[in-house]
Amino acid sequence: MPATAVLALTALVAACGGGDDPAPGEGGGESAAGETTGVALTVLIASSGDAETAAVTGAATAWAEETGNTVDVQPAQDIQQQLAQGFAGGNAPDLFYVDASRFADYASAGNLYPYADQLTDPEDFYENLRTTFTFEDQQYCAPKDFSTLALQINNTAWEAAGLTEDDVPTTWDELSTVAKTLTTGDQVGLAMAPTRDRLGAFLVQAGGYWVNEDSTAATAETPENVEALTFVQTLLNDGSAAYPVDLDAGWGGEAFGTGRAAMAMEGNWIRGAMTNDYPDVDYQVVEFPEGPAGKGTLLFTQCWGISADSPNQAAAVSLVDYLATPEQQLANAEAFGVMPSRQSAQEDYVAAFPDDAPFIAGGEYGRGPVVAPAIDPVMLELDAQLEALRTADPTEILQSFDTNAGGIVGG
Amino acid sequence: MATESSGAASGRTRKPRSGGITTGQSRAGWTFVAPSVALLVLFVLLPIALAVWVSFSDWNGRGSPLNPDVNFVGTDNYAQILTEESLIKRDFFTSLRNNGYYVLLVVPIQTIMALLLASILNQQLLKARSFFRTAFYFPSVTSSVAISLVFLFLFSGSGAINEILGYVGLEGPTWFGDSRGLLHQLLGALGVWNIDSPPTALTDTTILGLSAWEWLSGPSVAMSAIIMLVIWTTTGTFMLLFLAALQDVPTEVQEAAMVDGANRWQRFRAVTLPHIRPTVLLVLTLGLIGTWQVFDQIFITTQGGPTKTTLTPAYLSYTYALDNNQWGIGTAMAFILFAIIIFFTVLQRLAFRDRAAARQRRRERAANTAAKKATAQTLTTGAPR
Repeated sequence: MPATAVLALTALVAACGGGDDPAPGEGGGESAAGETTGVALTVLIASSGDAETAAVTGAATAWAEETGNTVDVQPAQDIQQQLAQGFAGGNAPDLFYVDASRFADYASAGNLYPYADQLTDPEDFYENLRTTFTFEDQQYCAPKDFSTLALQINNTAWEAAGLTEDDVPTTWDELSTVAKTLTTGDQVGLAMAPTRDRLGAFLVQAGGYWVNEDSTAATAETPENVEALTFVQTLLNDGSAAYPVDLDAGWGGEAFGTGRAAMAMEGNWIRGAMTNDYPDVDYQVVEFPEGPAGKGTLLFTQCWGISADSPNQAAAVSLVDYLATPEQQLANAEAFGVMPSRQSAQEDYVAAFPDDAPFIAGGEYGRGPVVAPAIDPVMLELDAQLEALRTADPTEILQSFDTNAGGIVGG
Repeated sequence: MATESSGAASGRTRKPRSGGITTGQSRAGWTFVAPSVALLVLFVLLPIALAVWVSFSDWNGRGSPLNPDVNFVGTDNYAQILTEESLIKRDFFTSLRNNGYYVLLVVPIQTIMALLLASILNQQLLKARSFFRTAFYFPSVTSSVAISLVFLFLFSGSGAINEILGYVGLEGPTWFGDSRGLLHQLLGALGVWNIDSPPTALTDTTILGLSAWEWLSGPSVAMSAIIMLVIWTTTGTFMLLFLAALQDVPTEVQEAAMVDGANRWQRFRAVTLPHIRPTVLLVLTLGLIGTWQVFDQIFITTQGGPTKTTLTPAYLSYTYALDNNQWGIGTAMAFILFAIIIFFTVLQRLAFRDRAAARQRRRERAANTAAKKATAQTLTTGAPR
C-alpha cells in the first residue's frame, strides 16, 4: 500500500524528528530570529528548469558573498511533499517557494513566518499580489514574481482566414466571431483547458468570481458568473473552442503550437515553450477581450516563504529583500521569463520586452486564486465539473461550488 | 503444551522435562529473532500505531503528531468521510465506486487469463516454451511507471491504439481524457435508458453521497484503459503461480481420467481445477488486495481525472494528506480501505472454503481425539488429566 506507507512513515518521521515542538506561528510584529551574517541558509525552489536554478543560485550566491553568509539552493523534485515532510519533522528549509494555491494551508497551519512588513518598500508590490498572500488580515510573504493569462493568436492562421489587424477581438461578441471564422477542418478557433485557472478569467470579465474580494464568502452563483459560463459553453458547443485533450494536446500551448488551435489562452510561460518546441510558429499576444464588466484575467504567483521554525529568519528576510529588488527581478525576467512583482520594475520590463505588455497589463486588473485553507478539494471538484461544462448546467456547477466552499470560506 | 501432554499421555516421551533447558532455548530464540522483531516494531507497528493516532487527531502536518497542540477529535475524521454530507464523503464514495468497478473487472479477467496462459505453457508439445514464458512474464518485471508512460502514448488520441482502430473503421476515443461511463453507454445503446436524459428515478435517489445514476456509470473509458494496462502487467505474475501449480498436478491422475474417457474440458474441470484450488484462492486474494490498493498507475496517468472517474481511495488518501494537509482525513481513508480489503478477503476465504475437505478434516480430528482418549484410558500410568 504505497500511499498509506507514505502517510504512516511521514507520521513516524515527524514523531521522531525535531525534539522541540514548534508552537504555531504567532502574529506579526515579532522580530526575525537569528543572525544576519555567518549563517548557512537552505533554499528549496520549485524550479522550472536549469535557467531558473542557475539564476536563483547565482543571485543567492552574490547575496551570500556580500553579507558573509553561505547559501545552498536546491531545486525540488516535488516541493509539496518535501515541504510537508520538512514541516512535520521540524527541519523545513529556511526559504522556499510557496504557490498561491497552497499559501493558505501553510499559513493557517502556522508554518510560515510573516515578514512582509520588514521588506524595503513593501507597498511597491502589486496590490492584487499582496492580497493573494494575505491570511487573516496579515500579509505573510513577498510575491516573487507573477504570470497572467492573455490571448495568443497564430498570425498565419489569422491571415489565412482573411482577418486583419482591425479584427483583433475586444469584446466577447468579436471573440466568438473570430473564433468561428478561425475554425476550419482540423483547426479550432480557441484552445482552453477546462479548469478554473482558465475559465475563471471569463468570470472576472463578466464582473463576478468564485469568491468575494477577500475570499471570505463563496459568491459563485450570480447572474454574472452564469453569463460567463454560458458564454464559454456556447463557444464549446458550436465547435469554435475546444479543450486541449480533444486536440491531442496536454495543454493549450501544445494545441496552439501544433496548429490545432488558432488561438490559446495561456500565460507568459507559453513564450519558452514556443521558442523551444515550436520556433516556426508566427504569433502575437493581445490582452483578453473585455467582457460585460470590462477587462479581466487571472494572476498566478508564488511567494518566498520563510519557515516559522527557521533559526535563520533574519538572514532569510535579508536574502528575500535582495532577490526582490527591481534590478534582480528584471534579471530573473531576462533569465527565465517571469514578470516582476514590483510596480517600479514594470516600465523597464515593458521596455525590455515590449511583446509582453499584454501580460503585464493584467497585473492591474487580474484576480488571484482562491485563497483559503483546505480549499483545494473544492477547487478540484469544481475543475471536475467544469470538464463536463459542454453538457452541464452552469447554474448547477456554480451552486455546487457555493455549497462545497461554503463551510470553508465561511459563506 | 498440548503436544507435550499428549506425548506424555501416550507414554512415548520418557525424558524428564527440564525447564532450564527450554527457557534457555526460548531466550536464545528471542535473541536470534530480536533484530527482525525490532525492525518490525520500528518500521511496521510504530508507524501503523502513529497513523491510527493521526486518524483520530486534527494534526495538520506541523511538528510531531504527538506534540501537545494536536488534539484528539474522536471519530470526526471518519464521520466526515462516511456520514456527514460533505465533499469529502462524495469524493470518497466516488473513489470507492471507481475502484469497485476496477476490481470487478481486473480480478476475474487477470485470473482467467493467467490460468489460460499457464495452461498453454504447460502443454508438453509446445515449442519454445521458455521464450513464451519470458514474454508473458516480461510486463510483470518492468517498472509500472515505465509501462504507464508507454500506455499514455499508446492510448493518446492520435496514438497507436486509435490508429489500429482506424484501420477497421472505428474512431477511438481520447482514452485518458474520456469520462463517459461504459455501463451508461452500453445500456444506453441497448435502449435501457437515454444518456442525455437519464431516468429521474435514478438521478433523484441519492445513496451515500452519489446518485443512483452515478453509481451505475460503470468504469469510465479512462478507467478501462488503466484496467487494460493493469491486466497486461499483472497477468504474467499470476501465470507463473498457476504454472507452478499445474506442474504439480500428477500425470497419472490425468491419465487415469483419460482412460475413463474424460474429454479435455472434463479433465480440466474435474481433475486440474480441484488440484490447483489453493493457488486459485491465492491468486484471487492477492489480486483483490492489489487491485483495491491501485495507486502508481493512477498517479502516473490520470491523477484521478477526467471528472474524478479514475480517483481511487489510495490516491485520494494520498492527496488529502500530502496536498491538503488534512492528515487525519487521509489516514482515516487509508484505514477504511484497510477494513474493506479485510472484509472482502475474509468473504472470499469463506466462499472458497472447500466444504467437503473441511468436513473430512473435522471428522478426522474428532476420530483422533476419541482414539487418544481411549489410549489414555487404557494406559494406567501418568495421565495428568
